Amino acid sequence: MKKRLVMLLLLLFAAMVIAAGVGAVTIPVAEVISILLGRIPYVSKWIPNMGIENAYATIILQVRLPRILLAVIIGSSLAGAGATLQGLFGNPLADPYIMGISSGAALGATIAISFKLPSVIPGLSSVPQAAFLASIATMTAVYFLAGASGRVSMDTFLLSGVVVSSFLWAVMSFLMMVSGDSLREIMMWLMGSLSNKGYAHVKMAAPYVGFGICVLIVMARDLNLLCLGDDEARNLGVDPLPAKRIIVFASSLVTAASVSVGGIIGFVGLIVPHTMRMVVGPDHRLLLPSSIIAGGIFLVLADTIARTLIAPCEIPVGVITALVGAPFFFYVLKRRKR
Amino acid sequence: MRLDAFSICHRYDIITAVDSVSVSLESGEFIGILGPNGSGKTTLLRVLAGVLKPCAGAVLLDGEDIHKMPPKLVARKIAVVAQNGYIPFPFSVRDMVMMGREPHLGRFSRESRRDTDVVSQAMTATGITHLAKRSVLDLSYGERQRVIIARALAQEPGILLLDEPTSHLDPGYRMEIMDIFKSLSRRKNIGVMAVLHDVNLASQYSDRLILLNHGRKVADGLPEEVVTKENMESVYGVDTVIQTHPVVGCPHVMLVPGSRASGQVEG
Repeated sequence: MKKRLVMLLLLLFAAMVIAAGVGAVTIPVAEVISILLGRIPYVSKWIPNMGIENAYATIILQVRLPRILLAVIIGSSLAGAGATLQGLFGNPLADPYIMGISSGAALGATIAISFKLPSVIPGLSSVPQAAFLASIATMTAVYFLAGASGRVSMDTFLLSGVVVSSFLWAVMSFLMMVSGDSLREIMMWLMGSLSNKGYAHVKMAAPYVGFGICVLIVMARDLNLLCLGDDEARNLGVDPLPAKRIIVFASSLVTAASVSVGGIIGFVGLIVPHTMRMVVGPDHRLLLPSSIIAGGIFLVLADTIARTLIAPCEIPVGVITALVGAPFFFYVLKRRKR
Repeated sequence: MRLDAFSICHRYDIITAVDSVSVSLESGEFIGILGPNGSGKTTLLRVLAGVLKPCAGAVLLDGEDIHKMPPKLVARKIAVVAQNGYIPFPFSVRDMVMMGREPHLGRFSRESRRDTDVVSQAMTATGITHLAKRSVLDLSYGERQRVIIARALAQEPGILLLDEPTSHLDPGYRMEIMDIFKSLSRRKNIGVMAVLHDVNLASQYSDRLILLNHGRKVADGLPEEVVTKENMESVYGVDTVIQTHPVVGCPHVMLVPGSRASGQVEG
């Protein structure tokens, strides 16, 4: 069990190294590694000084690394939230956006872009801030519309999410129609992109994602029982209602945080957990951490393709995840059948 | 260990499913619950398991109100084998049985040697050791049922509540599974309460039978006292011939065909 997670972590590091080396300027692997590890306290002592060009260090640390970190954060949260919700709904088709969080974030971003809202946090545009607030508001609305204070079934939750989400999409469509020249910017955001992002975005998303992911991992065993149904969970000692509340809250939080900084990147939250379930099995104690790491790997690689394939132009990473993800998913399904 | 229910009522909206029923179950006892469809058997069992709150009455587990106990503590004492539920993901048989250890594990603790041992024993007792690594989704209905029983045993309960544990099983499996339960109640001194559809099976395995109709308890006693021509007629609306089982000695019901004309009997 631990071996597989360590393997995945090594793969994640390898993906980050590749991503940091590839681009307008290609940087050799050895130098990338020493620049990256040289920044970690304690580890840096063991890294020989290879007389690396300062320009390389600047490119990696100032330009590529924040974007890579963001890809890790977003990929991990989407895959983690996806695995969680698939377990909670007992349905492999669930994804992080199923409860309408993405539509909230989309409306928030659209409002910020079309009304050119001022920023509250210095060094960060108003778009992620508005998106985050709006998605949290949406999550709260969905929760209360579903009557979550009393007994609530996951079906009611889903329906409530669908209703809220279609309402918000309608408002957003109207805003897009009257937005005029900011339309392109809104579209780019909707497709999901990691371009023009920096450490400010990483700092904004990281605390929520870190906290939420820890909560989800702690709840992994409960998730194993909850996917068998409320009665079964209860008979095996897990009180379903509070456990579901915690899980829905944590997965919404990580989704909201990552959507607000990265836009609506599709497919990661659906196929990464699904693929990992085929590789490591359905036990959430292993499935959740593996999905979280694999989500990071997947998005780092997808984003690297997104920025290099037709450089200097950028493809929205959401386009890549769907283009690469769908055939890969097919391959996994087919291989699974044997 | 004992489970006592005092005049329990339960309503679904305006429909009364269980109407002031009292039952008690002690260690080592095997109680069968009989009754026609919709007579409140499953509801009663869910109330006894602490899943449903009764609208009146109380369920005491060793003197403590089960609906005020944390589910984790209840699950250490009571295990439930429900009707085969939906399993969305291909858990391995071993993982599935290990879920029975959940009530004994702390939030951050990992499975200990003892947990592994208990799981192995439970799998041996139900004869599924050879299936350990298979996915539960690939198993036959009878095998899957044994996995769920093994999971219940892994909880190391003092009381087992069973909801039609043998429906959909062929006679061979049916007997095998009932034998497992019977020997558990004898050897491990577990109190078993089973909702059963098959009157003969219930009569054959139970120390005591409880007969429900329209949510009320209409008979409670030894199989000979409950499985009578009159009770079968009034509760199921069928004409029967009751004989004594030549081997076991319990009452055995034979239906007289055509005795229940449509519209003649309510419910």
